[in-house]
Amino acid sequence: MQLTGDRFTTSSALYGNDLATLPDFPAEIRAPAGTLAGVSAFQVHISDHDITTPGDAPTVLVAMNPAALHSQLERVEPGATVIINVDAFDDRSLTKAGYDANPLEDNSLDAYTVYEVPMTSLTKGAVQPLGVKPRDAERSKNFFALGLVTWMYTRPVEKTIDWIQERFASKPLVAAANLAAFKAGHAFGETAELFDHPYEVKPAVLPAGTYTNVTGNTALSWGLIAASQLSKLPLFLGSYPITPASDILHELSKHKNFGVRTFQAEDEIAGIGAAVGAAYGGHLGITTTSGPGMALKAETMGLAVNLELPLIIIDVQRGGPSTGLPTKTEQADLLMAYYGRHGEAPLPIVAPKSPSHCFEVAIEAARLALKWRTPVILLSDGYLANGTEPWRLPDVADLPDLTVEFATEANHVDDETGTRAFWPYLRDPETLARPWALPGTPDLMHRIGGLEKQDGTGNVDYDPVNHEKMVHIRQAKIDGIAAHIPDVEVTGDVDEADILVVGWGSTWGAIDGAVARVRAAGHRAAATHLVHLNPFPRNLGDVLRRYPRVLVPELNLGQLAHQLRAEFLVDAKSVNKVRGLPFTASELEQAILDHLGGLL
Amino acid sequence: MSDTLVPITTKKDWSSDQEVRWCPGCGDYSILSAAQLLMPELGIKREDTVFVSGIGCAARFPYYMNTYGMHTIHGRAPAIATGLALARPDLHVFVVSGDGDALSIGGNHLIHALRRNVNITILLFNNQIYGLTKGQYSPTSELGKVTKSTPFGSLDQPFNPISVALGAEATFVARTHDMDRQHMMDTFRQAFEHKGSTLVEIYQNCNVFNDGAFEGITARQVREDMLIPLRHGEPIRFGADGAKGVVLDPQRGAQIVDVADVGEDALLVHDAQRPDPGVAFILSRIATGPHEPTPIGVFRAVERQEYGQAVNHQLAAAQEQRGPGDLGALLRSGATWDVA
Repeated sequence: MQLTGDRFTTSSALYGNDLATLPDFPAEIRAPAGTLAGVSAFQVHISDHDITTPGDAPTVLVAMNPAALHSQLERVEPGATVIINVDAFDDRSLTKAGYDANPLEDNSLDAYTVYEVPMTSLTKGAVQPLGVKPRDAERSKNFFALGLVTWMYTRPVEKTIDWIQERFASKPLVAAANLAAFKAGHAFGETAELFDHPYEVKPAVLPAGTYTNVTGNTALSWGLIAASQLSKLPLFLGSYPITPASDILHELSKHKNFGVRTFQAEDEIAGIGAAVGAAYGGHLGITTTSGPGMALKAETMGLAVNLELPLIIIDVQRGGPSTGLPTKTEQADLLMAYYGRHGEAPLPIVAPKSPSHCFEVAIEAARLALKWRTPVILLSDGYLANGTEPWRLPDVADLPDLTVEFATEANHVDDETGTRAFWPYLRDPETLARPWALPGTPDLMHRIGGLEKQDGTGNVDYDPVNHEKMVHIRQAKIDGIAAHIPDVEVTGDVDEADILVVGWGSTWGAIDGAVARVRAAGHRAAATHLVHLNPFPRNLGDVLRRYPRVLVPELNLGQLAHQLRAEFLVDAKSVNKVRGLPFTASELEQAILDHLGGLL
Repeated sequence: MSDTLVPITTKKDWSSDQEVRWCPGCGDYSILSAAQLLMPELGIKREDTVFVSGIGCAARFPYYMNTYGMHTIHGRAPAIATGLALARPDLHVFVVSGDGDALSIGGNHLIHALRRNVNITILLFNNQIYGLTKGQYSPTSELGKVTKSTPFGSLDQPFNPISVALGAEATFVARTHDMDRQHMMDTFRQAFEHKGSTLVEIYQNCNVFNDGAFEGITARQVREDMLIPLRHGEPIRFGADGAKGVVLDPQRGAQIVDVADVGEDALLVHDAQRPDPGVAFILSRIATGPHEPTPIGVFRAVERQEYGQAVNHQLAAAQEQRGPGDLGALLRSGATWDVA
């Protein structure tokens, strides 16, 4: 179902719609078919105008079996169209899905426009003449459904036909069966007279340019490759497979011709360790993971803070704690990103706001890491990772220059003896970054390590005053980045809003949609979105204090709100959701209205 | 790698300006000295050499070498060194570790570094005790060992580091000890010259927490009878006038015999290059601990593709097939459409 959902998305993208998707699938690879736990769903929102969320409630639900209907019907509002594969509604399947009675017979679907389509038998009828075995024939039914919705939404069919042939080129019989099922579904829509009329969703009016449809994980991978090119440093990824981050490892491993080295390590710790080793050698060191892996990498992040080497740590957040909800989204690793290391170990944190934004933020993470010689945490999440949206491709020539200068000569002269030496912890006065001297450079041999370093020389030093000084220097270095990042921008009723909605990460789309709705209803609301979470942009305090109410929607129990309250002493209120699903715009619309009280 | 000629250096050139801070009498001093003496003979430059360590007494080693160095975190040195060696195949990367660092907290990294055959030289200082944390038993401490954390005796079966390495698909496995500088230097040199991951176990005396652990086999007066030198291509003999030797009995494995009883032709001829590690493993089990005649030298040295080289071959092949990466083309590699 993920494959057919993805294909419908692509054909909509190519047609010119704006769109957003929400894949929602179980952690099990082959979850028991027909059970509620095994339902694999794919939500897509297509539009003739600019949209930012996968939609509140689908207007059409395609349910391939009773379990799918049972688990997904709550997402759909009364009046919606529900297309049902009626062949799958036998007694056994109904029981498996937890139905006592057949919902097709007990009037429980009266509020919906229900179309009962015998998809399995029609598919079998279409593909069996090709010589497909009966059991295999049924597997093509998702393509029947794809054909049907392709007709319903008047998508062009040619490119999907090409795609089926290409995708299954190595299995000609499967290709032929899927094609036959797709065509049969399309023809069924056209001829069955079940449906009043097909929907027409015209292309959206979007800014001119070349577009592609990307997932967050793909955009992130490409952003990392871009950062490698822009910095002229070879990319080294040390990673251990973990859902939902593994696709970054998969994508990067395809692009060895960009000089990309991907190292699938023996564990999470070795993944980040190898990246630190590569960074010492002058590569753009990166590690990718999700929550449980972040916990394992914590000690090495602390080492990287002390070594003051550039490193990018990508956490594609998922539901936690522990194994939690591996395939579902959450934003509950924020406080771990701030504080999840022993000792005072500050490091910059950035977060993309949408799938395509991952590209830009990956480059920004590299900029911070390289210029300030620091590990940087990039917080993505499961929704951004797998969700897609059309992306207007940037002009490569407009991307920033990330060129790095390595140390090549001694940087210190001894006052008494006049001898020249290389001091690895003698800092750039502006950024407080230390020099990056690569092994292989004559005369700059030096030792770095996790023990506290003497300011300047970098020698091991246990002196109490030096330690305090170094703790403050490391903090000041990260704090100083604030002068080199953009201020937060406020949208909506910038000057006179009754409420400011503050977001970070993947909640941007839902916040944007919700604020637009309450404003359309006559309320005065503003929004701001944080890409830089540490340090905060310099104007953030002023922005927060400008509005009488501050509301912070998060897919956790209020972690950013906690930070804002601590840092700025503002009465930020939380809106929380921890269901493994993103906010819908209507949920946030309601939350904003609740916090506005009776204002209007 | 710097492209100047390799200058002639001495031990002093390879010694850093840092004061060595091991306990007086520690075996680490002689290992450091052997390494600093050997380095000028290896034909490499200081700036192309990196020592990476984890945590423990041995892990201070990089601070004392006038090379590049990283003193990292407990157990992780093989992983960090792997990243460095993959990124920079031009460098000579050494890992210095101890029995706790390499075999306890870092056991996973050690076995994976060995099986991958990435080009790093691992020196494992085995003193059979935790020194830096002041005297707890280690994964190589003998069964029944009474320490601060085992007042009634250790219940843990110890690791035999040579057996572990051989089981982990290592291509080069050797043992030496801190009382014989020349043997250390010879062993380190062979390890350095081997392409791939190498493990050298060094029996090292901790004179504070486990003094004399190896005295029964390494002391000058007993060495001849208690150390079994392994020399590739030679029958395995030891003792005064080589009176003792090792035979491979099909039933009972490796046996120590009097050469006079069996004849020289019956002795096992050591073949470090044997593809199957089985015989090397049997040799690693001759002694159950450093109180019986114990083999030293190179147990195994076989050729296998070095991991970093294989990684770079894949990169070169990809660039040859597809040309150098074009970012603009990458962004357009999926389905695209134009909006006017």
